Amino acid sequence: MALIPINVTVNGTRFERAVEPRRLLADFLREDLDLKATHIGCEHGVCGACTVLVAGEAVRSCLTFAVQADGCEVRTADGLAQAGKLSPLQQAFWEKHGLQCGYCTSGMMMVASELLERNARPTKAEIEEAVSSNLCRCTGYYNIVESVQRAVELMQEGAK
Amino acid sequence: MKPPPFEYVRPGSLPEALDALARHGATGRILAGGQSLVPMMNLRLVKPAVLIDINRVPGLAEIRVDGGELVIGALARHAALLGSALVRKHCPLMADAYRWVGHGPIRNRGTLGGNISHADPASEMPAVLAACDATIGVRSAKQSRTIPAAGFFTGALATALAEGEMVTEIRVPLAQPGQGAAWEEAANRKGDFAMAGVGVLVTVAGGKCTHAAIGVAGMAKPGTRLSATEKRLVGTALDAAAIAAAARAAREEVRPSTSYHADATYKRELVETLAARALAAARDRAR
Ligand SMILES: Cc1cc2nc3c(=O)[nH]c(=O)nc-3n(C[C@H](O)[C@H](O)[C@H](O)COP(=O)(O)OP(=O)(O)OC[C@H]3O[C@@H](n4cnc5c(N)ncnc54)[C@H](O)[C@@H]3O)c2cc1C
Repeated sequence: MALIPINVTVNGTRFERAVEPRRLLADFLREDLDLKATHIGCEHGVCGACTVLVAGEAVRSCLTFAVQADGCEVRTADGLAQAGKLSPLQQAFWEKHGLQCGYCTSGMMMVASELLERNARPTKAEIEEAVSSNLCRCTGYYNIVESVQRAVELMQEGAK
Repeated sequence: MKPPPFEYVRPGSLPEALDALARHGATGRILAGGQSLVPMMNLRLVKPAVLIDINRVPGLAEIRVDGGELVIGALARHAALLGSALVRKHCPLMADAYRWVGHGPIRNRGTLGGNISHADPASEMPAVLAACDATIGVRSAKQSRTIPAAGFFTGALATALAEGEMVTEIRVPLAQPGQGAAWEEAANRKGDFAMAGVGVLVTVAGGKCTHAAIGVAGMAKPGTRLSATEKRLVGTALDAAAIAAAARAAREEVRPSTSYHADATYKRELVETLAARALAAARDRAR
């Protein structure tokens, strides 16, 4: 198959690459750009480990072809920390033990990022609904929900 | 797994998309939200030679009212429809059922046109559109036609779409005064595919049911109506006894499939319970 040239902005950096049409966005990020925060779990959209933001919306990068992201802005968990400092969400996951094995964590944080950008003060039920899109097999979700609640607090403190 | 190789085409307009479909119809497929097609490709269940990506075709995602109908472009996303004030007002059954469709990231990408073209029997929207007597607008490079929802779904993962045809819009008659709607569902987790779902539309005038429509999901065929049960309801006061009798009739009328989490007997039981709940809720909303 002929390669197709694309340009994609990932976490603020513009990349020009040529990809096979079948290249999944998840593999493009991990293999072509060497951005390993995005994890691949089930490869059919169920687990959510590969969730990234495309044009501000949470999407499964295993169900998106890299060619479809041509001209788009993509954000991954690689871009959360700024200048070596954890983002409020990362800080909160650390404080509240929002992860055990860590495999689902980057996807969870991207789903939570979308939620908090749309709704700075989500209810517990809204947080639960949002993170229920992603599978975690360690934590039972309690700590993840508490982490997102803690992130809300940290962001409000930070905004003062 | 990784998807098999394919050629990628990205039309910039509807005529271009229809042209591409005419050229590649036999071996090509439309790529809309990708939330059913790409899993099937990753699992190597389908191997289209060409994907025609319609995501950048302008004007295909509109939600608007035209005369007596709510018109929904094929590319309207689940998330947009779930959040739409027009849908809530004019097709409350769809709004109610959309709460059960997938999870946030799936709804951000998935489209109504893709959903009904995929025709999964567990899907909510085929049942909703059948209950609402919606029509499906379909086009090819040569012609356009309109298919009633009831005739659009021909079997599990099968539709009346011919080679070279695509869905361009869905038309739903506007909800009328005196009408009440409700969707009830049982799924393993909210957002997972339905084990059973029941959508009800009833019209009440002078204390009597003058029209009833029931669509079910999770059964053998997508977009199935329970017409015998519907007939029993017309003329009743939709009181507890009428609803209980109709729910029992629904249990007998459905043709359940067996799925991993629910066998046919269990699905019948679910249908009875869900139908009773949906009928009562729809009746209360019709007042
Ligand atoms: C984890 C997960 C959970 C889900 N849960 C649910 C659920 O609870 N309920 C539910 O209903 N669905 C669910 N889905 C499926 C989801 O709703 C899909 O979005 C939908 O079934 C397909 O729509 P799409 O736009 O993604 O289509 P695509 O995947 O792009 O296409 C699906 C099929 O339709 C064809 N097609 C697409 N658009 C058109 C068109 N305009 N004209 C003709 N053919 C077309 C394609 O060629 C393909 O064959 C889930 C999916 C996932 C991954």
